[in-house]
Amino acid sequence: MAKGPYSEKVMEHFMNPRNMGEIEDASGVGEVGNPACGDVMKLYLKINDDGIVDDVKFKTFGCGAAIASSSMATELLKGKSVEEILELTNNAIVEALDGLPPAKIHCSVMAEEAIEAALKDYYKRIGKDPKIVDEMKEKIKNKRTN
Amino acid sequence: MIYVDNVAGTKPDKRVVDKMIPFYTEKYGNPSAHFYPLGRESFEAIDEARGHVASLINAEKDEIIFTSCGTESNNLAIKGILDTERAKNKKHIVISEIEHFSVQNVCVKLMNEGYKVTKVRVDENGKVNLDELENVVTEDTALVSIIYVSPEIGTIQDLKKIGEICRNKGVLFHTDAVAGVGHVPVDVKEIGCDLMSFAGQNFYGPKGSAALYIKKGVKINPIFDGGFQEMGLRSGSENVPAIVGFGEAAKIAKNEMDEYTSKMKKLQNQLWNGLDEMFDFIHFTGDKNDRLPGHVSFWIEYIEGESLLLWYSLKEIYGASGSACSSNILAEDEDELEASHVLTAIGVPNDICAGSITFSMSKYSTEEDVNRILEVTPEIVHKLCEMSPYYNK
Repeated sequence: MAKGPYSEKVMEHFMNPRNMGEIEDASGVGEVGNPACGDVMKLYLKINDDGIVDDVKFKTFGCGAAIASSSMATELLKGKSVEEILELTNNAIVEALDGLPPAKIHCSVMAEEAIEAALKDYYKRIGKDPKIVDEMKEKIKNKRTN
Repeated sequence: MIYVDNVAGTKPDKRVVDKMIPFYTEKYGNPSAHFYPLGRESFEAIDEARGHVASLINAEKDEIIFTSCGTESNNLAIKGILDTERAKNKKHIVISEIEHFSVQNVCVKLMNEGYKVTKVRVDENGKVNLDELENVVTEDTALVSIIYVSPEIGTIQDLKKIGEICRNKGVLFHTDAVAGVGHVPVDVKEIGCDLMSFAGQNFYGPKGSAALYIKKGVKINPIFDGGFQEMGLRSGSENVPAIVGFGEAAKIAKNEMDEYTSKMKKLQNQLWNGLDEMFDFIHFTGDKNDRLPGHVSFWIEYIEGESLLLWYSLKEIYGASGSACSSNILAEDEDELEASHVLTAIGVPNDICAGSITFSMSKYSTEEDVNRILEVTPEIVHKLCEMSPYYNK
């Protein structure tokens, strides 16, 4: 069959999304939207006392790329520490999906933003300043460029 | 495979293809070469095709100019009249909000060249507001161009009334009838339009075949400079096989349209009613009665169009979506993704109209096709609803 616009990996995740759903007693929930196309992604994190992501779920209103990015993001998050998941960039999601069409890169960015938003919510809930996420992200960015 | 994207192009009728083949193999003469049989044969084939094409819309043979596609016909119509006697010094063009890109973008270009363009609004069913049309046409209006049938929402405009308004105002009237001709009866004399674009690939003819009807007495200028083909209005060696196929398609449409469109209408109702009974959160778009036969378009709350389209495609049901996400998947930049201007015009909220789907059937569509669509739809919709953060039932 002729190839479509998406990689096999994207289609596989689109057809069989991992970790789809909600977590009722989530430690942090992040909801972000993309005004360009109306996509919305909601990410639920369950983080244990050791700061490790025990469980993660998503709900997404969006195109094939948005659904696959969400699904892939949840796979990459599971079992990671808070510090580790902050290192997760949209590029890593795109790579893990064997690429996205240029016009759809923003879908992976949305997934990265959802992770950030969920972490901020997590810090807020445990009584810390959510700004800590921005600071940590900044530190990681600097470490990378150095 | 169930092909329900026929507004994007139909499967050519086998009789059309059979008629074309010899013009690729043995009958390859240039129709301008009148002094040997090979050329003469091509000339006569084009002449015969022109007769069939003219007859389909009740025009005269010498009112038909062959072009390569609907886009070219639309360009030729609009750009072609601007510097003619009747339109000279008139700097205003009237179109509707739901025109095809090949009308819309011509107008955008003309705006940059100093023309004023007015887009007449449509109602929630996609019908052009006739009072508004009457009010916006002025002495400075060079042309009114209104799409006959919207490929996206299926609505058929009342061209007779629009033609009447234009005639009363003494303004030239063009219609892009690409999605209509071959499936909706068209009589240019009854409509009273000056120019009409239509294309063979939309009614079982070949790609690369289209025409512009130009009413006798209406002058236009060519957009290509070259030889004397098509009365000098469309220079360039004729695409003889495509034109021959176009003629055959027109002949078949004229003879068989009543029969196949009544069948398509039945299938349309079956699909429409079937979907309507399934969900209370489905919204149909376009005019239910004045509608392209076999055309069903809708959007579903909570879910996005491209995802729906992809799922149908995985089930081997091939339709179209007006969703921003699927609008230009090959674009280099997300800024090029835009929600459909047609859906925006009929008042579907931007963030919601992400979920639109268009199924357009053909004369080959069957009851089994419709049953299959109805069979897979609940499963797909349920799956996507489950995934949607908006869905709460």
